[in-house]
Amino acid sequence: MTSYLIAMATFAAIYAVLGLALNVMWGMTGMVNLGLVGFYAVGAYVSAILTVKLGWPIALGMAAAIVATAAVGAVTTFGLLRLRDDYLAIVTLGFAEVVRTVAENEIWLTRGTDGISGIPQPLKAALGPDFNPAYLVFCLVVLGVVLALVERLRASPFGRVLRAIREDPQIAAVAGKNVLRFKVKAFAIGGAIAGLAGALYGHYSSYIVPEIYVPLLTVYIFLAVTAGGVGNNWGAVLGAFIIVFFLESTRFLIQVIPWLSPVQLASLREFLVGLGLLLVLLLRPRGLLPEPLPKLSDPAARR
Amino acid sequence: MALLEVRELHRRFGGIAALDGASLEVEAGGITGLIGPNGAGKTTLFNVVSGVLAADSGQVRFDGRDVAGWRSDQLAAAGLARTFQIARGLAQMTVLENLMLYGKDQPGEAAWAAVSRPAGTLRFEEELRQRALDVARRLDLAAVGDNRAADLSGGQKKLLELGRALMAAPKLVLLDEPAAGVNPALAKRLAGHILDLKTQGLTFLIIEHNMGLIAELCDRVVVMAQGRRLAAGSFAEVRADHRVQEAYMGRVA
Repeated sequence: MTSYLIAMATFAAIYAVLGLALNVMWGMTGMVNLGLVGFYAVGAYVSAILTVKLGWPIALGMAAAIVATAAVGAVTTFGLLRLRDDYLAIVTLGFAEVVRTVAENEIWLTRGTDGISGIPQPLKAALGPDFNPAYLVFCLVVLGVVLALVERLRASPFGRVLRAIREDPQIAAVAGKNVLRFKVKAFAIGGAIAGLAGALYGHYSSYIVPEIYVPLLTVYIFLAVTAGGVGNNWGAVLGAFIIVFFLESTRFLIQVIPWLSPVQLASLREFLVGLGLLLVLLLRPRGLLPEPLPKLSDPAARR
Repeated sequence: MALLEVRELHRRFGGIAALDGASLEVEAGGITGLIGPNGAGKTTLFNVVSGVLAADSGQVRFDGRDVAGWRSDQLAAAGLARTFQIARGLAQMTVLENLMLYGKDQPGEAAWAAVSRPAGTLRFEEELRQRALDVARRLDLAAVGDNRAADLSGGQKKLLELGRALMAAPKLVLLDEPAAGVNPALAKRLAGHILDLKTQGLTFLIIEHNMGLIAELCDRVVVMAQGRRLAAGSFAEVRADHRVQEAYMGRVA
């Protein structure tokens, strides 16, 4: 049971990092990225391929995953220049599907639907059975560092411009901000964070396969950020932990209601997730932790 | 030389020529009114001049430079600010944040500076905050400085529109119906603020349907109809112009 809880906490920490990535792109900047899972996949594959095939050290593989997904983020934004909201959502959704299809078919690179196995796990040999708890601690530390960094971004003048773009890009432009440049940066930063989450996952599970990277995962992260509080980084983290807890705890429903078939139970779980989100949004329309607003008129109350 | 010079602007929306050879000049240091019946192309002209819309053809010179085709943020950097007819505050941001956004060249808007927080950007941010507080005080918005713009009253939103334009420290402010939907007392206060700012050397181009306000504020009035200039002069002159009367009232049969 303990090892199960440790595994779930590790997944929750990785999803929380993904939640922070989405919060930068969507929560702060208002860019609907339905292709979040694509960045997650690119990060996982870049680090896996470099460490497995080329024998790079894990740390370098992870760094490369960050750089690669930042570049992918910047390049896709340039491709999406003129697209607004719903169009951006559709194209990013397509982006993630392209990533998955490429991973399925470019067998020379990704081993296709067989997936890449034997991805090195840091200090696995030295830690032995302690690997899982140690990796959880590592993920939590990474989460803490990313959280601290994006909190600084949010509270900075840079974050103010991102939020202004979310509210009204035309106003941000009239205010003298180069909207495109800020959007590219937000997508690159968010993409890099999602790529880091992907690498974290790969070096934990040691095995990645294209079918992990389905749109449903993106939807779960959207749920996490929405329930936690759009624009609130702590909320994104809280939301991710709640989503994982919710998804996992409903797994045990089968012991309570044994007459449901597994298929019905799977549907019931999604139904319950939806119901949970509706309740949160009815009771707390801005999420569990609403976006914090700076108190600027009183110097004593400043951060 | 005029601060703003617009020559022969054309802009079509489908079959309608919203701007059909519009021209006007705004002299530095004054308040110029831009009036005309609904659909005359006034707001379209604002949108083109402020880089929100591209013109099909025509020239725009601002502060001695040819600025036709410039983006909004480039025009803002050159010293041109504008407000919107329907107050478009950044709803989920506070009043002071709305104001501080308009600060120019904030070095803290670079992503690396946001994370590393060099002392220079913090000092700049503090100066910006003081300036925003000052503007908020002048426009009676200090008490609601930490409230979200969405929670302001209609009149306060109008004041915030003006305040944001001021924060940009512009040379020219385009005001699109600053007094629309505002009660007479607040309209008077707005007029007072605008006159104050004029004495401080700011130049305004104002679209307004409230003729009392136009008469009170403007040194010069440009009348537009059907996408082009119909007349220009003092308020008394254009009011006496029978073409202007026709444009507003309809042609006498």
